[in-house]
Order: sequence, then C-alpha cells, then structure tokens
Amino acid sequence: MAALLESLLLQKVDIKTALDWLKNDEEGDRLAFSELGVTVHKQEFVPFLLNFLREQSSQALTHGPATPAKTPSRPRPAVQTQGFSDRRGCRSAGSGAGSRSASRVQLFSPASSVSPGSEWDAAGQSGSQSAFSSPSFPTGWSPASRPSGSERRSGQRISLGDYMVSPPDLHNSPNSQSQKGRRRSGGSTAVGGQGKHGGWRGGHHSDEIGRWESGGRRSGRGGGGGGGNSRISEQVSPPSVGQLNFNNLEDFPPVGSSPISPAASKPSRRINPTPVGAERPHSKPKTCFTSTPFSESSSPSLVVEALEGSTTVGSPLSLQEERELLKREKTKRAQQVGSPLPSSLDPCTPTKSGHRMGSKVTPDLQTPCPEPSKVTFSLELDLLAELYCTCISENLVPNIFLELFFVVQLLTSRSPHTHDDEQESLCAVNSEVLERCYLRQIHNCVYFAVKVLENQFQLVAHLDKCTLRLLAENERVVSFSPELRDHLTQAQDGSTAKLSPSVSTFIHSVPFQPATDNRSNFGSDKAFHTFKKQRDIFYEVLREWEDFHKEPGWNFDAALGSRIRGMMSQLTSAGNHSHFARLFLKQLVQMCKGPSVNSSPGDTPDADLLGMLGADSLGRLKRLEERLIQPHGVVGPCPPPSFPGHQEFFRGFLQTASCCQLNQHLQDSLCQQLLQLDEVSILSPPASIGEVEEEGDGDMEQQDEKQRFTSILLLARLLAKFLGLISFLPYQTSERPSREIQETALALRSKSVPLLDVCAVLSNSMKRRRTILTVPWLVEFLSMLDFIGPLLLCYRTALGKLLLLYRRMLLGRCGEVCYLNKLLIVSVLGWLFQIPVIPEDIFFTNEFTEVAKLEEDITSAAGLDCIPLVDQQLLYTCCPFLGEFRKLLAAFVSGSTAKSGGIIRKITPTSAELRDTPTADRSQQKLQVDLEQAFFHNQPPSLRRTVEFVAERVGSNAVKHMKATLVSELVERGEKMLRDGLKSPNSNPSKLNDSICAQLCVAGLEALAKATGFCSEKSPEAIRILLPDETSPAVLTTSENITKRLATEKACSWLSANITALIRREWKSRYDRVMKAVGSPVAPDSRDVEGAMLELVTQEKSTTPKRKQGSERVRSCPPHCNHSASLPSDIIIEMKELLSIAVGPRTDEELLSVSQLKTLLQRVGDTLACRKFSTVVSEQMLLNSTVLLACKLVSAELPVLSLSRCSGGDGVVVGPGSGSEPPVRVLLEQLAELWEGDCCSSAPLHLLFTPLTVTAVLQASDTEWNNYLFLVRKLVDRGVLSEEEVISHWKKLTNLTLPAELIENFQLQSQSIKPPLPLAELQSHMDMLQVSQQTVDGAT
Amino acid sequence: MKMRLSRAEYKEIVRWTDQLRPTRQCMKMLKERFPNHSQSTLLSIFSLEYQKRTKRTFSRHNAPDVIESHYQRYLSEAKAHPTAPVLLELANEVDLSPALMARIILDRFLQGLEGGMPSKTVLNSMLKEPSLIPDQILANNIYQCTINDCCYGPLVDCIKHAIGQEHEVLLCDKLKERNLSFLDENQLRVMGYDKTPDIILEVPIAVEGHIVHWIESKASFGDDHSHRTYLNEQFWSYWNRFGPGLVIYWYGFIGELDCQRDRGILLKDSFPTDIVTLCHAAQQDRLPQEPE
Repeated sequence: MAALLESLLLQKVDIKTALDWLKNDEEGDRLAFSELGVTVHKQEFVPFLLNFLREQSSQALTHGPATPAKTPSRPRPAVQTQGFSDRRGCRSAGSGAGSRSASRVQLFSPASSVSPGSEWDAAGQSGSQSAFSSPSFPTGWSPASRPSGSERRSGQRISLGDYMVSPPDLHNSPNSQSQKGRRRSGGSTAVGGQGKHGGWRGGHHSDEIGRWESGGRRSGRGGGGGGGNSRISEQVSPPSVGQLNFNNLEDFPPVGSSPISPAASKPSRRINPTPVGAERPHSKPKTCFTSTPFSESSSPSLVVEALEGSTTVGSPLSLQEERELLKREKTKRAQQVGSPLPSSLDPCTPTKSGHRMGSKVTPDLQTPCPEPSKVTFSLELDLLAELYCTCISENLVPNIFLELFFVVQLLTSRSPHTHDDEQESLCAVNSEVLERCYLRQIHNCVYFAVKVLENQFQLVAHLDKCTLRLLAENERVVSFSPELRDHLTQAQDGSTAKLSPSVSTFIHSVPFQPATDNRSNFGSDKAFHTFKKQRDIFYEVLREWEDFHKEPGWNFDAALGSRIRGMMSQLTSAGNHSHFARLFLKQLVQMCKGPSVNSSPGDTPDADLLGMLGADSLGRLKRLEERLIQPHGVVGPCPPPSFPGHQEFFRGFLQTASCCQLNQHLQDSLCQQLLQLDEVSILSPPASIGEVEEEGDGDMEQQDEKQRFTSILLLARLLAKFLGLISFLPYQTSERPSREIQETALALRSKSVPLLDVCAVLSNSMKRRRTILTVPWLVEFLSMLDFIGPLLLCYRTALGKLLLLYRRMLLGRCGEVCYLNKLLIVSVLGWLFQIPVIPEDIFFTNEFTEVAKLEEDITSAAGLDCIPLVDQQLLYTCCPFLGEFRKLLAAFVSGSTAKSGGIIRKITPTSAELRDTPTADRSQQKLQVDLEQAFFHNQPPSLRRTVEFVAERVGSNAVKHMKATLVSELVERGEKMLRDGLKSPNSNPSKLNDSICAQLCVAGLEALAKATGFCSEKSPEAIRILLPDETSPAVLTTSENITKRLATEKACSWLSANITALIRREWKSRYDRVMKAVGSPVAPDSRDVEGAMLELVTQEKSTTPKRKQGSERVRSCPPHCNHSASLPSDIIIEMKELLSIAVGPRTDEELLSVSQLKTLLQRVGDTLACRKFSTVVSEQMLLNSTVLLACKLVSAELPVLSLSRCSGGDGVVVGPGSGSEPPVRVLLEQLAELWEGDCCSSAPLHLLFTPLTVTAVLQASDTEWNNYLFLVRKLVDRGVLSEEEVISHWKKLTNLTLPAELIENFQLQSQSIKPPLPLAELQSHMDMLQVSQQTVDGAT
Repeated sequence: MKMRLSRAEYKEIVRWTDQLRPTRQCMKMLKERFPNHSQSTLLSIFSLEYQKRTKRTFSRHNAPDVIESHYQRYLSEAKAHPTAPVLLELANEVDLSPALMARIILDRFLQGLEGGMPSKTVLNSMLKEPSLIPDQILANNIYQCTINDCCYGPLVDCIKHAIGQEHEVLLCDKLKERNLSFLDENQLRVMGYDKTPDIILEVPIAVEGHIVHWIESKASFGDDHSHRTYLNEQFWSYWNRFGPGLVIYWYGFIGELDCQRDRGILLKDSFPTDIVTLCHAAQQDRLPQEPE
C-alpha cells in the first residue's frame, strides 16, 4: 500500500491506473504493479490512504470537538520526528499511544474482531493490550464529568505545537527499503488499529478524553516556550533509568491500553500505524460514549479517570514492555538528534502554561490565515485528493459523510503554529515521499479540502441550505476557489430545505375509542376495570417522567420502577397485556413518530438558530458559539444509536417493566405492523411525462405520495428501533463478552429462529426494488443489536448484504435509483457500520460479504427505489447527524469573526409562513389548526381518513377542473385577443403575445376563487355521502368544513404556485399554433374577461344550507315556563334556614313576617313547578320541607310576625295572629294550595299526622289546634287528602299514642262528619285532645 | 363576586374559619367578615375545611367510651331540660358536627332499644325523618341537630346533590346557547366509556387559547386537597382518554392551582367567555345572512 502511494506520489505509477483500478469492480480487488513487484489489495489500500490522510493532517486538526479524523490532540512526535519505520516504536514511547493503538487494533485488523479468537490473540501481545483492558471498563463515559472541552482543547493545541518540529534525524532514518518492509510487516495489526479513521466510532468523547490526557501529559513532557528544540531535547535526552520510568508513567498512564509493541516484536504489520484511532483511549470500543443505550450511569468514567491518573491500568507486562520501548526509543533519538539541550523532568514552565491559557481565549491569533500562494506540494495534494475522492465516489470508504466531515474539518482547521519556515524547510528537505508534510500547513489543508469539496460538489450540494450558505460564505472557500463559492451559492437556491411544519404537540393521549376499549372488548368486568386503572397509572408515570427526568439524580427505576412493576403484575393477573401493548404502541407512535421535538438539550437544533437569528449581533454569536463548542455541541457524523425525546421514556419503561408477556405482545404487534408497512404500496408518478397538463397534476399527487412515504418510513423506523430494542434486550451486555462466552452464546443462539427474518425481508426488498423503504428501518432494527448478534449467521448475512448494497449505491453514477434515495440509504448504512456493536472490521474484510450474495435478478417492475420519494427534509430527519456540518461550520464562523471583524452577513430569517400575517392572526390560525386536530382526536379514526381522503380528491379535482374550464377558456379568449390584435395594421406579435399573456395570468389568479367555490360545493356532498347516517349534525358540519378547508388549501396552494406557469405554457403552445396558422381574428375585450371572472367569483359566494342543530329536549315544565324560578338548591337552603330557625335556637330578630313567608312559599311553588333543574331527590326534599314548615306553623313553634306589628316597628310581639283570619291561616291556605298542584302529589303529608306534630300542636294553645284542624280541613276540601286518608292517619295516631276512648270518639266524629268536617264539632273535641296531651306526655 | 382567590386570600379565610361551628350563626359571622366573597364560596371553603377538621377528629368522637359519655350526658340533660337544645349544645361544645353527633347518639339509642346494631337504612331514615324516632324528645333533638348543621346531614347532602345537578344543567344550557354540540355523562356511559366527564364536546373548542375536549363541572370551591384528589381520580383520567379539557369550579378555586393549562387542564370559575370554535371563514361570513 505504502509502496503504491509512494509510487503514485513520485509519479512512478500513473494515477490513472490506480484510479481505474479503484473504480473498476470487475478487475477485482488486486492490483499488481510489475514495476514495484507488489500486489495491492483494495481493501488494504483504502484504509491505508485514509489513515495516511488522517495522519498527515493530525497537526492541523485541532479544532472541533468531534474529530472523526485523526485526533490532533495526541502528541505525535513520531510523525514529525521519525521516519515511518520508527514511528511505531516512537508512538508507543510517545504519550498518546495507548489509546491510539487501542482503537487501531479494533479498527481494521481483520484479526481483531472478525474472528473473536484472533483479536484476543493479538491482544495477548502487547500490541492490543487495550483490547483486554477495555471491556473491563463500564460503558458510560460521560464527557460532563471531565474538564470542559475548551480547556482541553486549548491545552491541546499548545501541546501539539510542542511536537510540531521535526528533528533533523529524518535523513538518518534507516533506508527506505527496510522501512517499507517493516511498515508492511506491521500492517496487519496496524490496519486494524489505525484504520479507525480517527475513531469514527469512538465519537468525540473519547477524543475529548484523549485531549485531556494529552493536556495532562504535556506538563510532564516539556514543551518549553517556543522552540521545538527544547521539546525535542526532552524527548531526545539520554535516558536515565529513573527518568525513563518517570516519563513512562507520566506519559503513558493507561499503559495497559497502549498496545503498540516495539517494532521488532510485531513483524506482521503491514501498514504504518497511524494514530487515527486514537480517540478511544481505553479501547472501549464498542460502547457509546454519547448516550449509551443500555447504561445510564456516568460514574464509570470517573473510575476510568481515576485509573488513568494512577497509571495503574493494564498489565504489568505491557508496562514493562512500554518502558523498554521508550528506553530504546529515547536512546535512538538521542543518537539521532544529538541535541545538547538538557532534558527536564518537569519542562512545563509557568509562562508556557500561561501562554496556553491565553491561546484558549483568542485562538485565532495563532491561526495563520490560509493563503493559496503558500500552498506547497500542490501537485501531490491534487493527486491525493483525486485518489481520495475516487474512494469516496466509489463508496470504498465505510462512511462517505464521515469523510466529508473530515474534509470540512480540514477546511475549518485552526491549527496554531508559528514556525512555517522551519517546517517548510523540514518538509521540503525530507526525502521520504510519504514522510513529507502534505497536510501540515493550514494552507495545504484548506487547499486539499477545497479540492475535495469541488470534486464532491454533487454530494455537498445536497446538504441543507444553511450548511451551503455557511460554506459559501466561508472566507477560505472564497479565497481558494471562488468558483466553488459560486457553485455553492447557486446550489443554495436549488436546495429545497423547508422548515418542518409546526408539529402540533398538544395531544398526547391515546383516545378512548368505545369500539376497541369498552367493556365488550374485555373478558371480564375485572379485566375491564383493572385496565381502567392501568391506563391512568401509565399516564401518571409518563407525566412524572416528563416532569422530573431531567432533574439531576433522578433515576427511572428508582422513581417509577415499583409502580411500573406493580402495574405489570396486575396486568398479568387480569390478562390485559394485549390491551396494554396496544395502548403502549399507540402512545409511542403518537409521541415519537415525528422528528423529535423535545429532545435533550444537547440535541437542540442550535444550528437552525444561527440561520434564524441572523448573525447580526456578535454577542449573540458568541453565546451561540459557546453552545456550539460545548462538548455536546458537535457530536460528529456518527453518533451512537439513541432514544431522543420521549423515546427515552418508552425505552426506560420497557427496561424497567421487564415483563416478558408485554414484550412478547409488543414484539408480535411490532413485527406485524412492520411487515405491513413494508408492503405498503406507493404510487409512482404517472408515466406520461409528455403531457404537460398531466405533469402538473402529477406533481401534486406525487407530493401526497411522498408525504405518505415519509410518514410510513418514519413510523417504520420507530417501530423497528423498538422491535430491535425488545428483541435484543435479553442479550444486552454493557461490555463485549469474552471470547468463550461469545462462542457459547453463538452456538446457543444460532439454533433458534429470530422473530423477524431480516434476510428474507431484505432480499425480498432488493428483489422488488423497495430498499428505500426497507433499508432505513432495518438499519434502525440492526442498530439495536447486542454484541453477539452481528456474529449470528442471520444477521451476519444481512449485514453482508447491506454492505454489498452500500458498495453498489454509487451516488455519482446514474442508476435507476434516485439520487436522494441513494443518499439516504448510503447515509444510514454508513452510520450503521460505525455504531459500536457492529464489528469494526466489517468493511474491510470479506467475512461478512462472503455469506451474502446479492441476487442479480432483473426484475422489470420498477419499485419504490425508482420513485423520487426522499427529499432533503426526510434525509435530515432520518440522519440528523448531517446537521453536524452546519455546526462545525458555524463554530468556525463564530470563532473567526473576532479576527476578521465580522464578515458574517446578515442572514435573512426564513419563514415557514407563506404570507405575512399579523402575529395575532397567526396564533389564531394555529389555534384553528389545533382545534381541527383536536376534533379528530376523539372521533373514530375512519372519520379522519375519510376527511383527508375526500379533501385530497376534491382538491385535486378542483385543480383538474380549473385546467379543464378556466385555463382552456382563458386560452380561447387569448386567442381571440391575439387574432384581433393581429388584425390591426401595426401589430407586433411578440408584444401582443406578452401583453395577452400578462392579462391571462392576471385573470388566471381567479382560479383560486373558483377552485375555492368548487371545493366548498363538492366537499360537503362527498362527506355527507361517506359518513354514516348516524353521525351527529355537529360532527358532520365540522367534518364538512374541515374537508372544505383542506381541499381548498390543497387546490389553492397548488394553483397559486402553478397557475401562472400553467397558463403561460398553455398560452405559449396556443400562440405558437395561431402564429403558425395566422388566421382570422376576433376582438375580445380584456375587461370582459375580468368581468366574467368577477361574476363567477360572486356566484361562488352563494350560501349552502347549513344543517340544523338537534332540537332541544324540553322537560315537562308548565307552558311558557322561562325557568327563571329560584334554583332548588337555593330554595332548599332557605327552607332549611327557616326550619332551623323554627327548631331553634334562635333570636327573635331572625323571625320572618307573614309577607316574607308568603313570598318564600310562592317561590317554593315556582321552583317546584319548573322541572328544569329538579331531580327526584331535591324535589322530594323541598316538598318535605314545606310539610315540616306547615307542622312548625300549626304548632306555632315558628311564630310569625304579624304584618301590622312588624310594620309597627317593635316587632317583638310573637304569637298567633288574632282575628278571624290570623296570618298563619293565610300561610296554611297557601300551603294547601301549593300541595294541591300537580307537582306536589308526592308531598309527605303524613308528617302532619305524626305524634311529634300532633303533640306539638296539642302542647300549644287552642288557636294552634284550630289552625291545625283548619289546615286538615282545607286539605280535605281541596281534595289533597281524602277523608279516609285523614282518618287512617288519625287511626294510626290514636293507635300509637292516644287512649282508646279518644280513638273511638275520633272515629265517631269522623264518621259523623260526612261531607265537610264541621269546625265547631271538631273544636268541641279539643278538650279531649287536651286531656290526652297529658297522657301523651306521660307516655314518653 | 370574587371567585378566583389567591392562595393568601384563601388561607386568610381558612384561618378565620378555624374556630367556627357549622351553624347558621357562624355562617352569618363568616359572611359579615368577608363581604367581598360570595356566600357560596365562603360556605364551600368552610365546608371543605370543616370536613378536613372532622376527618382529623372524628375517630376521637367515635370511640365507644366517648360515645357512651356523650350519650349519658345527653340523657341526663334532656331529662333535666326536655325542651332545651341539649344535643346541639353538646355537639358545639365538643366541636363535633351536630348532624354527626345526632347520628352517633341515635345509633347508641337504637342499640339500647334493640340490643343489636341498628341497620344503616333504619338509622338513615330516622335521621331523615325524625318523627320515626320513638322517643319524641330525642326526635326533637335529632332534628334540631340535623337542621342546624350546614356541613353534614341529609339536608346538606341533598342540597349538595341539587347544586351539582343544577350546575350541570346550567352548563348544558350555556353550551346549547353557544350552539356547541356535546355528549353528556349518561350518553357516554351508554357507549361504554370507562370514565366519563360531565361533558364531552363533539367538536372541541379553544378557551383562552387552550384546546378543550371535555368539561367537568364542580359545584364547590377548588382547594388544594380537593383539586389534587380530583386530578388524580378524574381530571387526568379524562385527559388520558379524551385529551385536554376544562374544569369549572363554580364556587371558585385557588388561583395558583390553575397551572396545568399547557398540559391540558384548564380551570375556570364560570362558563368561559373567550371561546374560539372551529370557524370556517366561509361559514362565518354566511351566518349573518342565514336567519331565514
């Protein structure tokens, strides 16, 4: 590999040969160079090239938190100071080696993970020591627990500078041949190790760690003030034992993880070890640092740090080796350089560190402005760029966006170095081709980056508008390639990125639908009622999670675990799992289907912020910058799988519930839904592209299909992720299991069949050209794999197939698959290949692809892949990491403004609204949209489907109708006008054409109004026919109106965007035809056209009948009742108060006058008459209270203030009224009248005859007795009570309390009084009753 | 009248009611002390507070020995003063709701009469209709207690029931007035809903910018305790099934409790005035032309 590159650089081999070889699939993998006598494998050359570039640029790439490319953080003395041959050893001697090599081992080494065994073997040697140590660390690296990124970064920059200078020993390095030999021999390990181009996988966190380490190390190592010399001298200084040891400890704290063995001990290497993979300091390779999916805790990182600090990591053996190595290395260097400068154990001077601090604050001061004139090695850079671009174009790199990210990093590099001249000379003097510092200088980096961007312009142009703008406005792009800038500016216009429509988020619950949720859907009442509670608990838990999960120290399991598990056990006992699984999934889809809205703060779309803000305020920008360069700001293009937003809740719920029944139900359901979604048919646009009219319409329908596809794809991805989560949950481990465990598990698990046959799904999809739908969700599913999963044959085959598919999806070549479709597939696959659980070497071995074969079938039917279904928005939704470019560029901008004095132009905020409407209106509009959504919420889903379907059809028909009527009519008129105009002698056809066309276009705008009329007319009809007859009028009307609105909106939005073009097109063809024939003209008046339009418009406004609301159900109040009577409760309260006054204790002031009582009774009567508010209970109570009131009145327990006395003013006089018609009798009369009414038939009049009442009456005076009899008489007179009833009451009364003779007398009396009971006679019995009163008293 | 109280205002009222008895006289004092608040609000607040007080202390009064001593006291005092409000005074003296005192004493009386535990039905019917009580003096005392108690007792229960019912009717009226179509509790129950608010709107509305699917009418004051209980047992359940909604506390509430608006539970103390319905512009234009 090296030989090839070297030959190419030396132009010994024609670049074309190499490019052809790279491009050509058929020629196979190998390239034989007769001149060199070597055979090169593509699989080896590509990683070598990638590593080479990373290595080369390691100095320059000091910026940006996520460095998927080589980390600059690692001091790499080897690169600059030694020849390749020495580098290995040097690196291991050098500080950062541990981590670097660790990742290297895991990257490309075929031995490392293809077959687990070999990996461990390798690890057994010092080389991959880290591989051993790494798994022992828990996964949860939390960057937050480390010093802030900026500090690290700045420190690191300096530390890089410290090592920048190459010692003069380069010439003295062993002859190149031997170097190569060694290089090659070292390759096998190195490939694996280094290949991890800058830790794509590790992500930036590990990178941070690395930097931090380097920062710490720096102090131990020396970089004095300015000169490279002092630094070198430190390294070079003759080793004393103590010093060496010390240095070892200082420099390689994670010794265990620094695997590069001395050169001699690893003869098998073939590729120069490059520090690309240095980002994974502890080779904790396959874990996610950002948001580990399966481990929450961040504490492990602390542990690791502690270990680092104490330098106790790793086996003593490897430590010993490292020391040996270092010793040797130092000796060597000392010989080579022979520097006289003394070494210092603690070379870090205070001034230096102070300087570093300063550099952090104003990093720009150190960054030289890249200038095209200062570019060196431009020929070689061109060549490298070409090679590199070919690798990208041919999908030979595992992830094209990772490479693009690397390039943008190069572009925005801000390496602080000051010794240009010295370096240049060093580089120039360097005789070793591969040793030259092609990408050391920032000028070269930018040159190279711009070259690649130019070459990969098609890819770049598909990035979002904001990124393109940032790129176009990048000062470096401007100065290095104005053409690229121009292209980028142009591409911005083409970029169709839309702001995602505001997702309405107010509905969060799954509506209760009687059809699926009521009692009849449950086996028993108990199950039904249990589920009622389950639903509420579920939401309670969800709400609590929303409230608290972001609070520090909150723990899902601790806070919600017991409730969730309790709920699960109840579900189990009630057998309600299927119901709950449905609720769970519906809720999941409801909350998480769209692009995550409320994700964690780290994920906030801050890049959009820049676009929106308009970077007019530097202060704001600075604040923005702070956000952007925070450790979380840029995560790089390969974030590990995560569960953003509410997904986190659902994942947490499943993990906590850990309920196998629920999981099984979910799995069944998910699997079924996924396979259904996967089969969904999406209509391709009409084939007849020739027809202009059809094309326009096809546009609209295509949009709908696209939207449908988007919705299906997002849903499938979500479901697949959770299916993956549940499927692999039982096998998840926080760390890669040991080889033995792996093998056992592999043997066990290969016997059982997974629920979802990934391979079958995939090959079926490929066969039918539906990969654009299947691959994205399969990727989500596979991203949930556990460590062993990928090794199982079924998943290995699937991964292999995907790999082959990826290699075939060449973006640059026209194929049947649309570009953006391809881009989405390539992007998600590239991401998949980088996530931790997928073996690292997957890409550069045949292991996986061997088991997979792509059926080369030729299915004639064009599948989904051939339909342009993916747009930029969908691409970015599925691959949010593409936004990282924007962040990177924005970070650069914010950093560079200070220097350049604010080159940023004001950015016009984009608006999602079509028209500018006042904000109040807008919020009203939003409210209306929300209301519409809300309306559907509690309706059966079919209603919504119907409305949407009808709206879509009617809207589309409206457009068609406009074309058929208005447009053709206009064109006719235009023709008339044209012919008329042509008649006039001085006519100028082209002017005439323009003016007619303009007039027609204006008239054409009326299409909007016409279409609106069409939709208003047709929508209700269709809706009325399609909805069930039983639909309530309100629901029907609302559905009609919504349909109308949707249809109108759809038609009008299409028309307003297209009508003018349509008319122009139509008119042009008509014009051409007329001009060809130049026929006879007739003159129309253009004003007529408008007039006709106006008429049409006014006609539209005719009303359509509106449905009447359901008639009001009237209760049986008396006719003309206006329900204005007092409310029953109020009257009862008053009666209660009155009775309590009657019963006492009371004061005389509380007594009421006759007139007050009369009024009250009147109101009681009114209230009883009006049935509107009455219930049986209140009515009965009210009647009861009137009877009791009567009792209290006749017994005079409630005295009544007589009118006269009351008005007289002393009001104290109490007692029965005097005269023939005492006031009480008025009231009694009123009561009798009241009870006579219809409403009072159920008055408990028996209370008048209770012993309690009679006794009370008897205890009072004669007047009371007379009043009592008066009342009874009135009741009998009015027919409220029959005499028989009275007598029977009295009988009971006498039975109970009165002596027997009295009863007889009463009976006699009552029998004698036939019709009306003569009052006088009754009165004559008073004596007897009075007598009996004593008996009654005695009895009690 | 002020219905939406700040927590401070509410606390002041609560503090003041601390020593009150649930009698007519005390209620009068309360109204005079806070003339700016509606009587219903005051009564509702007091009633809720008094219920809390009762819950705290009831077990103390319900101990057998305490009951016995109350009963004996009643017997002796009633004997001495047959017409005096003996039981009512006793209840006020020991700070127990008169109606509850009546129940306890009646229960004890019936035990003495029949030897066993009286049935609840008998007990309740006697409380409702004291004339059924064989002992007339006791009957008078019992009635005096139940009629004078404004927090407990059959009459109060009935009044509460009536109030709730009336407000639901009022709510329906308002909705019909506004031409808003809805399903009421009974209709929903027939359809098999497992939890049913008073009203579900067939077509949702927006109140003060918040979507409303359902309305629950509460003819009481919304204090912390009752609101929390309602949230847990009703409002969130409604939300879980039907989405966001509106609660009307007709007798007011603590303003600070209205903090879940954005989450889908809106509080009001009356029927809202700021209602936005789904209006389709064309339809709106036509409405005025449509009377015939």
